[in-house]
Amino acid sequence: MQTSKDNKAFQKVFTKLTNITKATCTVTAEGVGNEEMAVVDGRPAQVVKIFGDQVTLQIFQGTNGIATNSEVIFTGKPPQLKVGDDLIGRFFNAYGDPIDNGPELTGKAIDIGGPTVNPVRRKQPSELIATGIAGIDLNNTLVSGQKIPFFADPDQPFNQVLADVALRAQVDRIILGGMGMLLDDFLFYKRLFEEAGAMDKIICFMNTTEDAPVERLLIPDMALTAAEYFAVEKNEKVLVLLTDMTLYCDALSIVSNRMDQIPTKDFMPGSLYSDLAKLYEKAAQFPTGGSITILAVTTLSGGDITHAIPDNTGYITEGQLFLRRDTDVSKTIVDPFRSLSRLKQLVIGKKTREDHPQVMNACIRLFSDAANAKTKLENGFDLTDYDKRTLNFAKEYSKDILATDINIDTTEMLDRCWRQYAAHFEKHELGIKQDLIDKYWKN
Amino acid sequence: MDQKRIGKVHAIVSNLVQVDIDAPVINREICYIEEPTEKRKLMAEVIKVQSGRCYVQVYESTRGLKVGCPVEFTAELLQVDLAPGLLSRNLDGLQNDLDQFEGTFLQRGVYNTPINFEAEFDFEVSKKVGDEVRAGDWLGHVKENWMDHKIMVPFNLEGTYRITEIKHGKYKVKDTIAVLENIQTKETVNVSMHQKWPIYQPIKAYKEKTAIFKPLTTGIRAIDTLNPMMEGGSGFIPGPFGCGKTVLQHNISQHAEADIIIIAACGERANEVVEIFTEFPELKDPRSGRSLMERTIIICNTSNMPVAAREASVYTAMTIGEYYRQMGLKVLLLADSTSRWAQALREISNKMEELPGPDAFPMDLTAIISSFYARAGYVKLNNEDPASITFIGTVSPAGGNLKEPVTEATKKAARCFYALSQARADSKRYPAIDPVDSYSKYLEYAEVQEYMKKEIGEDWIDKVLEVKDMLLRGKETKEQINILGDDSVPIEHHDTFWKAELVDFIILQQDAFDEIDADTPMERQKYMLDLILDICHTKFKFDKFEEVQDYFKNMINLLKQMNYSEFQSEKFKEYERNLGAHIAQRRSEVA
Repeated sequence: MQTSKDNKAFQKVFTKLTNITKATCTVTAEGVGNEEMAVVDGRPAQVVKIFGDQVTLQIFQGTNGIATNSEVIFTGKPPQLKVGDDLIGRFFNAYGDPIDNGPELTGKAIDIGGPTVNPVRRKQPSELIATGIAGIDLNNTLVSGQKIPFFADPDQPFNQVLADVALRAQVDRIILGGMGMLLDDFLFYKRLFEEAGAMDKIICFMNTTEDAPVERLLIPDMALTAAEYFAVEKNEKVLVLLTDMTLYCDALSIVSNRMDQIPTKDFMPGSLYSDLAKLYEKAAQFPTGGSITILAVTTLSGGDITHAIPDNTGYITEGQLFLRRDTDVSKTIVDPFRSLSRLKQLVIGKKTREDHPQVMNACIRLFSDAANAKTKLENGFDLTDYDKRTLNFAKEYSKDILATDINIDTTEMLDRCWRQYAAHFEKHELGIKQDLIDKYWKN
Repeated sequence: MDQKRIGKVHAIVSNLVQVDIDAPVINREICYIEEPTEKRKLMAEVIKVQSGRCYVQVYESTRGLKVGCPVEFTAELLQVDLAPGLLSRNLDGLQNDLDQFEGTFLQRGVYNTPINFEAEFDFEVSKKVGDEVRAGDWLGHVKENWMDHKIMVPFNLEGTYRITEIKHGKYKVKDTIAVLENIQTKETVNVSMHQKWPIYQPIKAYKEKTAIFKPLTTGIRAIDTLNPMMEGGSGFIPGPFGCGKTVLQHNISQHAEADIIIIAACGERANEVVEIFTEFPELKDPRSGRSLMERTIIICNTSNMPVAAREASVYTAMTIGEYYRQMGLKVLLLADSTSRWAQALREISNKMEELPGPDAFPMDLTAIISSFYARAGYVKLNNEDPASITFIGTVSPAGGNLKEPVTEATKKAARCFYALSQARADSKRYPAIDPVDSYSKYLEYAEVQEYMKKEIGEDWIDKVLEVKDMLLRGKETKEQINILGDDSVPIEHHDTFWKAELVDFIILQQDAFDEIDADTPMERQKYMLDLILDICHTKFKFDKFEEVQDYFKNMINLLKQMNYSEFQSEKFKEYERNLGAHIAQRRSEVA
């Protein structure tokens, strides 16, 4: 955020602070606009509340060392990003300032967190984004204009899978918004993008654990503002990666706590749903061909999805993806039971082969029968012949189709399913429409 | 309050603004705040007055607002325009016509009305000079899409009036088409095709609310057969995310036997609304053969649109619904999701620093929800014609916990409960309506029982109850088998369990994306229920428990193919014959 000293003469400066908390301060000031940016003793801040001449600011880097007579300079503008093609291949902090020693941005400054797309101006998403991972393409197909998070425990390899998806996906632009990212993970992404020769596609907005936590609140809006520029102005297919949204929510709760708001479930602010929806709903398919697709990561605590953060997220996003270690085959898979892509109905069997929907469902049903058989086995009961066959199927399905290290196209996935059906089951055990069985059954 | 009342912004916290004003203020009146940059006027509503200062909730982003910004008060409550031309519209929560807005993005401070005041309608008179009329009486009609849109005596008139003038012919919406004179006061009123109505107040220009008795079919077996919805009834669908709430609601909206469908997308995903925008004009209403959109109005306030307008959106939808009900129509109102509306109430209550109730929701949440559900109902209009509003809301319980305040409050207000179960959704048993937890209180109504006996079948309700018992028994048996093991229970247990599975797979489960299976007319539901009950009454011979599963799976497969085939088609009959042969293999005797 640039507030050079030369402009100071034209800006409003106030020095009477009446309140200082850990994350906010209150200054006596006039003529200040809601949500305006300011600089308090050199630190970026934003107006969050105005009461008469008492203006409360949230100071992103914390208030240690702020004095009651510190200088508060108001910029007269909400947070902005300079958008233009010079964003490409660059790394920025939460304020949209370069952190890669490259040149300053020269594009047009626009307000972040801008207006909502008129729902009647959206187009129904209908383009499949192939990733080569069957847990996604076959069972939970990703569609352009969709928003979907990975729900993962911190020890799961979500960064790896997210990066794989990003690099394999057929998109024009990848925008990474990192919130509270470990420096190691940041370096991992950076190296991976460089090695893949994808730097001409990438834009990064980064807040690592070394930066102030409240700064994270700006990251998704920065990333999405850049995304809107490329999707709306340039008609590009943009993929936005947001990780980790749980840390974003934690920052929200810090601020609402400092503002004495009554917390709701799990100490989250009552506006959590709306706050998250404002971000995720930026995902859209525009009629002119551009689109914004959001892939996010929401880390869970011990797999608990009833916690307010994953719970509210799940109600907003169009599905969710769970990773799971399948110990029977020693592979990471996208869990077929708990994962869901709500938009898959728009493409499966339409943009993919006609048998896709039924094959997908039959596999999951059989996989679920296998899980029941496994429970029986663990409880010491005898298995029926059918139980044994489902167990064998489940292993092959997991190893040869679901594992995230496999990279094949959807038709091949479907063919592999049919081959496995024939190896383990009778036709009537599939519950698939007869004409599809007649056409695709592999003898 | 004739002169202009102007106040000034004193404080701003998110979308709650405090205004200083040196004049009287009406609670819940609409005011407009002028923002300083582009001088656009942002709509807001007074929600509280405290210590001489009034609190307004702004229906827009308050970014850039400053202390001292002028606020103009209108003396009007939040109201909607009621006139011909509402059908097929895509509106926002404040009744702006979304299609009329320019540009890709919604601009704040820009408003419009869905009513085309320039269009002319051909008014056909049905009353004559000298007739006595009351609020809600039909004066005549104009054509809107395929239907007769009744032009009515304004709902806010009290007492009896005499028609002194009434004009046949082409008129604009605001032209006077009749003049009425109050019988007692002799006061005269000019009537046009247009009236306004405050959304928080129910329209009550009918004779009386009467007992509910007639099923409203939805084509969904788990509802129509097991837990039927009624014309004028109310119900709700709670379920954790991913259980198919929205798919279920869309399906109801497509196949329900109603004249008008109003869909309030309240605080939900924009892409879901886009799906309706895209698909409804293409889909055909099976009854009229016309586009589904012709009988539909969409009120759309998605999750990223201003929070304060979420509350308004459900009331706007209800008020428009009541307007069409006054024309003697069967209106079905669907709201997805009422939890988002409750959350909007919570956000505002929180910002006003009110003492919170459970989970920080406002204390009067239960009262607000129940008085809203009470606006549904079956009525007799002034002319004795029946009309109804059926309301089905979804609830998104936090963490899937049905003990949370919104679900609990709704349970007290709604008569049908369609609980969506995570376990069913996980095993892809859609629609995931839990057959054991869900209920329709209407099955206990004497009027409903009488109607069903007469119109569907003498023993219909007994059959439904029998099937419900069978499902419960199946669930219990399954638990026993799980505890004791497959081979430690009598074979009959497997038989009982698999008969319940048969009901589950063939009656409960339904493929919402298959053209034929998605919509099952009542006649077909009756046929399939009888068929399933016959099978369940049949005794089968099994030597080993392993045989049971395989045998029933084959049977389920055949029945499923029947569900996918056109009713009574050659294919359907062939599967039925195969089924007969399959049953004959192991039939021992009929119980």
